[in-house]
Amino acid sequence: MLAAFTFPPIDELFRWQDLAFGDTPFAINKTSLLMMISVALILIIFIGGSRRMKLIPSRLQNVLEMTYEFIDRGITRDVIGADATRFTPFLGSLFLFILFLNVWEVIPFIQFPPTARFGVPLYLALQTYAIYWYVALRHQGFKYLTGHLFLPGVPWPMYFLLAPIELLQIVVVRPFSLAVRLLANMMAGHILLTALALLTAYALENAPIIAIGPFALNVGVTAFEILVGFLQAYIFTLLTAVYIGDSLHPEH
Amino acid sequence: MHDLYLAAQQAGELKDGLQSIGAGIAYGAAAIGPGIGIGLVVGSAIESMARQPEMQGTIRTTMFLGIAFTEALALFGFVLFFLAKS
Repeated sequence: MLAAFTFPPIDELFRWQDLAFGDTPFAINKTSLLMMISVALILIIFIGGSRRMKLIPSRLQNVLEMTYEFIDRGITRDVIGADATRFTPFLGSLFLFILFLNVWEVIPFIQFPPTARFGVPLYLALQTYAIYWYVALRHQGFKYLTGHLFLPGVPWPMYFLLAPIELLQIVVVRPFSLAVRLLANMMAGHILLTALALLTAYALENAPIIAIGPFALNVGVTAFEILVGFLQAYIFTLLTAVYIGDSLHPEH
Repeated sequence: MHDLYLAAQQAGELKDGLQSIGAGIAYGAAAIGPGIGIGLVVGSAIESMARQPEMQGTIRTTMFLGIAFTEALALFGFVLFFLAKS
């Protein structure tokens, strides 16, 4: 009965028609539209919320202050160091942007995380890549490279093995794994939710009683995906902070 | 002639099937190591949190870092799954 169930091709879940300006470099589809809406939402919430700040904060101001505190204390100061508060705006906007994009995955009737298209996380990862190399070259210069390639306290014949691996690590693996981690998590979540929803719909048509199973699972997984979206935004920002900290201060 | 056509069609189906099986095995194998690794990371983190609750914040941050690095291997396998299937 359920054996006749076929899953649609993956492309159908991730490719969207152009909504406007088709066939030009400025074509808008669901992915880019959601990104624009996210940026607008973040701007409205944060600029609007910090317009009239009071000593005794209102509810919205409280949330905004907690968000700022979470990024400034939890990520910037704890991971990079107290001298790096100039990175808080970058890390904060990175975190909020990814968080808003991820949460679209569970908003009813939209249900598509733009971070599940490779272009979005790849761009964010390359941005991080450019920033940490810039900071490294500015603060440590060539010592950044030698410090990474020739770790202290290693017997010298090991350098033939370690130096290429470390070089690959800082040049290729870091940005690539940063992008792929976000992409694969959101993509897996999207596919999982779609599969469960399709299974529910299919079971409803054929045997309504067993539709309870996939439906309950779908509700649970939706809650789990909110957690995953938050966690992935946090991990992306955290790793960005770690890489910047690594560029800012020599190895401890 | 018809037999030949059928054989060609079956070969195509066989290729598709084998590709899917290969992709499935690749992802399954890629998930073994990170599964064990994440278990170790979280287990040790919980143990150290129980021993020193005052270090909880630092340990949690480090735990997420460890999870992220370990998990990356499984996710490479996940990407490989789609590459192998198409």
